[in-house]
Amino acid sequence: MAERSFKKEVQKLYLGDGAEFRGEGILAVTKALLQSGVSYIAGYQGAPISHLMDVLADSSDILDELGVHFEQSASEATAAATLAASVNYPLRGAVTFKSTVGTNVASDALANLASGGVTGGALIIVGEDYGDGSSIMQERSHAFAMKSQMWLLDPRPNLPSIVRAVEQSFELSEASNTPVMLELRIRACHVHGRFVAKDNVRPTFTLKDAMEKPVRDVSRIVLPPASFLHEQEKIHTRWPAAQRFIEARGLNEFFAEQSQDFGIILQGGMYNTISRSLELLGLSTPFGESRVPLLVLNVTYPLCDADIRRFCSGKRGVLVVEEGQPNFIEQSLHALLHEADVPSKIHGKDMLPMAGEYTAPTMIQGVLKFVMRYAPHLIDDLRLPAAARTAPTRPLAMLPVTSASLTSQIHPRPPSFCTGCPERPIFTAMKLVERELGVHHVSCDIGCHLFSILPPFNIGATTMGYGLGWAGAAAFNTKETSRRTISIMGDGGFWHNGLTSGVGNAVFNKTDSVLIVVDNSYTAATGGQDILSSAATVPARTTKLSIANAVRGVGVKWVRSVTRTYDVAKMRDTLKEALTTKSRGPKVIVAQGECALNRERRERPLVARRAKEGKRVVRERFGVDADTCTGDHSCIRLSGCPSLTIKDNPDPLRTDPVATVLDSCIGCGLCGEVAHAAVLCPSFYRSDVITNPSAIERLHARVRRAVISLVHRRIDRRLASILG
Amino acid sequence: MNTSSTAQYSALGSRAPSAITIAILAMGGEGGGVLADWIVDLAEHSGFFAQKTSVPGVAQRTGSTIYYCEIFPENAAQAAGKEPVLALSPVLGELDVVIASELMECGRAIQRGLVTPDRTTLIASTHRVYSMSERTDLADGRVDASQFIEAGTAAARSFVRTDFAHIAHDTGSVISAPLFGALAATGALPFSREQFEDAVRRGGVGVDSSLAAFAIGFDAAVAPARKPTGAPPADPSVGARMRPAAARVKSAFPAESHAIVLAGVLRLGDYQDEQYAAEYLDKLDNIRDLDTEFGKGDFFLLNETARHLALWMSYEDAIRVADLKIRRARFERVHDEVQARADQLVRISEFLHPRIDEIADILPAPLGRWLLRPGLVKRVVERLTRNGRIVETTSLSGFLQLYLIASLRPLRRRALRFGRERALMQSWLAEVARVASEDYALACEIAMCPRLLKGYGDTHARGSRNFAAVMGAICALRMRPNAAEGLRRLTDAALADDTGEKLTFALGAIS
Ligand code: SF4
Repeated sequence: MAERSFKKEVQKLYLGDGAEFRGEGILAVTKALLQSGVSYIAGYQGAPISHLMDVLADSSDILDELGVHFEQSASEATAAATLAASVNYPLRGAVTFKSTVGTNVASDALANLASGGVTGGALIIVGEDYGDGSSIMQERSHAFAMKSQMWLLDPRPNLPSIVRAVEQSFELSEASNTPVMLELRIRACHVHGRFVAKDNVRPTFTLKDAMEKPVRDVSRIVLPPASFLHEQEKIHTRWPAAQRFIEARGLNEFFAEQSQDFGIILQGGMYNTISRSLELLGLSTPFGESRVPLLVLNVTYPLCDADIRRFCSGKRGVLVVEEGQPNFIEQSLHALLHEADVPSKIHGKDMLPMAGEYTAPTMIQGVLKFVMRYAPHLIDDLRLPAAARTAPTRPLAMLPVTSASLTSQIHPRPPSFCTGCPERPIFTAMKLVERELGVHHVSCDIGCHLFSILPPFNIGATTMGYGLGWAGAAAFNTKETSRRTISIMGDGGFWHNGLTSGVGNAVFNKTDSVLIVVDNSYTAATGGQDILSSAATVPARTTKLSIANAVRGVGVKWVRSVTRTYDVAKMRDTLKEALTTKSRGPKVIVAQGECALNRERRERPLVARRAKEGKRVVRERFGVDADTCTGDHSCIRLSGCPSLTIKDNPDPLRTDPVATVLDSCIGCGLCGEVAHAAVLCPSFYRSDVITNPSAIERLHARVRRAVISLVHRRIDRRLASILG
Repeated sequence: MNTSSTAQYSALGSRAPSAITIAILAMGGEGGGVLADWIVDLAEHSGFFAQKTSVPGVAQRTGSTIYYCEIFPENAAQAAGKEPVLALSPVLGELDVVIASELMECGRAIQRGLVTPDRTTLIASTHRVYSMSERTDLADGRVDASQFIEAGTAAARSFVRTDFAHIAHDTGSVISAPLFGALAATGALPFSREQFEDAVRRGGVGVDSSLAAFAIGFDAAVAPARKPTGAPPADPSVGARMRPAAARVKSAFPAESHAIVLAGVLRLGDYQDEQYAAEYLDKLDNIRDLDTEFGKGDFFLLNETARHLALWMSYEDAIRVADLKIRRARFERVHDEVQARADQLVRISEFLHPRIDEIADILPAPLGRWLLRPGLVKRVVERLTRNGRIVETTSLSGFLQLYLIASLRPLRRRALRFGRERALMQSWLAEVARVASEDYALACEIAMCPRLLKGYGDTHARGSRNFAAVMGAICALRMRPNAAEGLRRLTDAALADDTGEKLTFALGAIS
């Protein structure tokens, strides 16, 4: 079950001809796929394309109606390989994943697919996780398109353009027998906008048709001599066909083409920011009526020579706006114009930064520089926007309050484990073990658990990719020390590839080290999608498989499961045993605890209903007694739970803030376990609020209260004599 | 066309309507997305184009994040026969509305240059959600949040602020609702209050509580709540047994110290008895005289000594903890905290982990020492206390157990720890007194050193070690200029980490 329910969004997929669709970019893509007569869709979740997967997972009805097969692939490689269905049959298929990380994983399959080419339209929708909000290394998907010769679309980031790009991608793919990548940046995926819908299309040729009348064509298989033929085909047939299609169908767009003798060539995805930059410089209007010629490359690979020549001829200078590096487009333009004898001067990374996101301030300054060079009279110095007057890295310089001390007061606030997260206690236990046994080398993985590298835990040395936690420690396999390494892997990464790349590898190479598999029942970091070991019953999928059994199945002998990670002492002792036991060989600890975010979302309404129905319900939460808390905050350093924070010390004699538990505490129990396991302090208490208690309980309570209040009266008398 | 004058074009540009820009700075999971959704819905139902983006990613998990909206009048688009091109990210200096769901996030908006005096309406909640480093500090790592308010006042065209989280809490709503109300009240968007409220209604979840919170947020923005004019804190009430001691404070101590010394007196009367409080005052007499002679008239030395002496004399032993846990006021406090209704039952369970040392601490000294002697008894008790215990204070047995321990109070003066603490305390006090006449500033720093003594068990042991190390360095410090600052650096180092690394380094630099 995904984190968000998409019931409302699913309805939008039914919209017919002429109806207006309003919603998120990535959902518009989903609708566009159905309008394009797609036969199958697959993918692997991950920001920013998770919602595409989630909404389809919730819309089996409409998919069945249209005869569309949807699959949550085991990995991006699986997703990419799924496109093999379009090699021999006129089937339109689409896959999606986060890029470049997903494209890295998929590239084996993508390279094979691109070599043989496709018959039906094959579309790869990549969520380009670059710039602000990105969680991965900063690279470009562009390179993948170039190396395998797949075409790359980068449409203007508005819904009509994005939807059009999806439809055109299939046609381009079929016209040139080449898979097409559609690149959408984070903000474009999440942009809310509108477009006019069309009817969904049921594919004329279906999966059933293909399966009942299979065909094969050995010339499409990547094996000599066909593989050599493929390379020739790419250059001599598919590439020209693509260029012809792009030009004839006007996929790239020209604006104000003849208005100046200089102009800007930009990636489609940069359009809105360029348009706003020009507007702020007085060179365009809110409606995008630019006074500077623009060539918008909705297709960034291949470059369409004819479009480029047409735009550049007669222009003294051209600015290429190409985000990220290397600057492939700019480099190709140099070659292309040189060969075509077009004398325009090409600018790009000389006016815009080589690396990093092209934010509006960056862009404004780059464009300003460019225009000042070719037509300074167009710029009104007195009306420059604020963003043009300052270095983009130092916004403070323009502020009325230029206060360095203000900056020092603003702490970074990176994401961290949620309230009640079951993964936190694993790292609490690691901290406690570290105190006893010293520091160990820790190899991390991708997933929520990677928040361990940040305060308060500061645990983890490297992360080499999804599912590669244990593989990242493979070198540390020597008999010269008895100190073992610890690796972390999430359940998502485990099923993605970690079972083979990590566990199988460790067994085969007789590694003497420890792996902790964090089993929270979902791929929690990507939004809580189901996987093989999910605890939920999902009719369309197989779930509830045991990670411990899988690990044993590939030959690990030393396997321990901790079924409740909140039990810090158990977690600590298990880890200690794994690190110190005489038995050599790979050791795996499966640490289980359902993602609290998902559990709460499911349980809270149920609990509320039970309480309303008059059933007995207990709500647990933790608290800290301010009068015994001495304000050392050890508990926070071992937890970091957002609900465990500080407040003013109510004691007139003390000044340091005391620890306090907020209302948002879900009573996971970690606070109490830490107080015990780390022997912290007696300030923590748990309060159980019992709604609809039983009659016996009420009676008991009455008796207790009577006795206790007798004692209270005694105590109160003494206190009154002292405190009045 | 190349020659068309800038002036002409600029004039044209200024006539064209431009988008209204809105940025929301929030923390993941806090509902900033709801607020953005309401704004989009409001705009789209009121004849505007609306575009909204965000980069949620993993920032959903409690990190800070920005939602960005632009809205544009449809009639202007119709007049132009074109659709507007809206931007996907905020441009510094070009924001009409900035909403921050917390005070440090407000500071972040200002720091990023999003708030400018020519056009930005800034709406911020003044409550704090403390950052990790503020929370994990070994003492007090909180930033000075008043700076954010000053900066906001200077940077914004108008600045609406109040504790919106409080409003949300009181109305059982989420913070988006009162913030949306405040946005409506500012008039920064061209929509009526009814239009705003309709958007909330269309949202469909928790409509009633949201509207209630909306209304309070609206009013708060129109008439900012006056800060309660700081009435001087009333004198604490004093019980009959403590009146003589209280009278002595008034007559024998300077007015600058009354509050703190009286608080100390009451603390110690509560902790032990009036006799103990009188001893406290006896100890302070000398410091008072020294401060009168060498101080600057603010009685800083006396105040800090009084503060730390009172805290030290009321060190947290098992008797004290049990005593505090079973009080009626404490039961009531927990009830309030969990907002229990009369028909609900509340159980309170303590997480205690008394170890052999803490048990020995409250026993009469010879008995305590006997218990700690290596041998069978020690081993047995250690085994019995290896695991922590959960004691339900609301159960009869739990309550009476704790009551029994609390009743050991009269025996405390003979307890093992009492003697130990008294000796340490006295040598510290003697050091303060000895230094006061020669180096007043250093004496003040010494007076504050006991702030290193914190916590229980291992934490307390670590604090004691640090305290001893720092006190041991005073001799060496006094040979150098500016000994006070040197000592301050040492105590700061001791509070910089809990591994003792910084302190070891700082001590190394002295010797
Ligand atoms: S018990 Fe502690 S760690 Fe668990 S949710 Fe409550 S405050 Fe957070």
